[in-house]
Amino acid sequence: MQLSVKHLLGIRDLTRQDIQLILDTATEFKEVLQRPIKKVPSLRDVTIVNLFYENSTRTRISFELAEKRLSADTINFTASGSSVSKGETLLDTVNNILSMKVDMVVMRHSASGAPHFLARHIPAAIINAGDGINEHPTQGLLDAFSMREKLGKLEGLKVAIIGDIMHSRVAMSNIYLLKKMGAEVMVAGPPTLIPKYIKEAFDVRVEYNLKKALEWCDVANVLRIQLERQNQVLFSSLREYSLAYGINKRLLDSLNKEVVVMHPGPINRGVELDSDVADSKQSIILQQVENGVAVRMAALYLLSGGRGSMN
Amino acid sequence: MKTVLNEQQLAITIKRLGHQILENHINLENTVLIGIQPRGIFVSDQIVREIRELVPAGVVKYGKLDITFYRDDIRNSLHAPNHTDIPFSIEGRNVVIIDDVLYTGRTIRAALDALLGFGRPAKVELCILIDRRFSRQLPIQADYVGKSIDSIVSQKVKVFWKERDGKEEVVLL
Repeated sequence: MQLSVKHLLGIRDLTRQDIQLILDTATEFKEVLQRPIKKVPSLRDVTIVNLFYENSTRTRISFELAEKRLSADTINFTASGSSVSKGETLLDTVNNILSMKVDMVVMRHSASGAPHFLARHIPAAIINAGDGINEHPTQGLLDAFSMREKLGKLEGLKVAIIGDIMHSRVAMSNIYLLKKMGAEVMVAGPPTLIPKYIKEAFDVRVEYNLKKALEWCDVANVLRIQLERQNQVLFSSLREYSLAYGINKRLLDSLNKEVVVMHPGPINRGVELDSDVADSKQSIILQQVENGVAVRMAALYLLSGGRGSMN
Repeated sequence: MKTVLNEQQLAITIKRLGHQILENHINLENTVLIGIQPRGIFVSDQIVREIRELVPAGVVKYGKLDITFYRDDIRNSLHAPNHTDIPFSIEGRNVVIIDDVLYTGRTIRAALDALLGFGRPAKVELCILIDRRFSRQLPIQADYVGKSIDSIVSQKVKVFWKERDGKEEVVLL
């Protein structure tokens, strides 16, 4: 039993069996997290560095907690206030850290492909915690885990990913994963935020009308409008976006079924989701956060095996 | 291949182990039985079945424990976890852990660690179907033994169960 990959750089590289293995292992780790003592000694002799070149709260905390629950030793690195501001290159920074005998690297970077670059140059196992607009594999895995937990299966599930598809690494990882596991995927949002060739490239449905998307799907995975990535004017105002693509309770009640609402966080309340939806029974946003720790424990655990031959 | 226990002997041995446990924990009020995943649960299922025939229904508290995350050989190879199901507290209780074969003692060492993640038991006992004595790597000894055998490292003990293998037998390969 082993993953087919040495690093977790993206869902694109994983097989269906890999995904199944990670999700099944996460189920057992979730059970560990319900125990009075929520800690196991699996990674007792492993040192992990969390290399965050971009701001993040929940992903970093989630990884750090997962590492601690597995008894690993952790080092946290944030780009601000480090030698990066003195002009040190990425490879130099990492090589310096690796000289301190680090076994695994969890990396978040604003440049797509940064973890792939590192994977080619250093021997440690690398987990991508989000790279630019490319992928965010552990988020894709925890989303899938939460869907499977709530609805019992992934195969045949109808999932609509709603919002800023163009700038979203979460959307990419979700599309790769859900397609591999046999779910039907739709992307929905304003035409300016949906890449032109996504239908041909990924074999997904495209819908520009929010209500139609919600009527079709079992699960609505609503993405954050990434205000920090909006350099161009892709929609006129947040108010207009909210009017056309914001999900509120009235809209959900007008459907003749119950749609499960998900969001990778942080929520822009009143923009893509209203508070009465985000805090409703239909929303599994907090379960996603809880499941994130179990899924990340599974990924770390499965990538740490057989390290004897690596160093 | 040498038969250690045939079907009839295996049934009698399991009955005896059940009776021995009951003898020491006469009312079972403060006792819980825990089978070790994956292979120990075949023995524990049968022992629990025997005990349930002798005491009122609902008295026996029975759980299953997976030790994968507590193993000490993750550097060499990775193991897929099995399911843990302990739906009661073990705090202050007498715990009897049950496994099929006691060999190096490493599995039981891991099981003791795993068990302590659920609370602090008053006492822990070990029940084993086959004890491969003289091959221990850790100082661990069983309280209830189905059968002790002498074996060398190159030999393997294999336990067949009706529900999984279609026959019931213990053999030395």
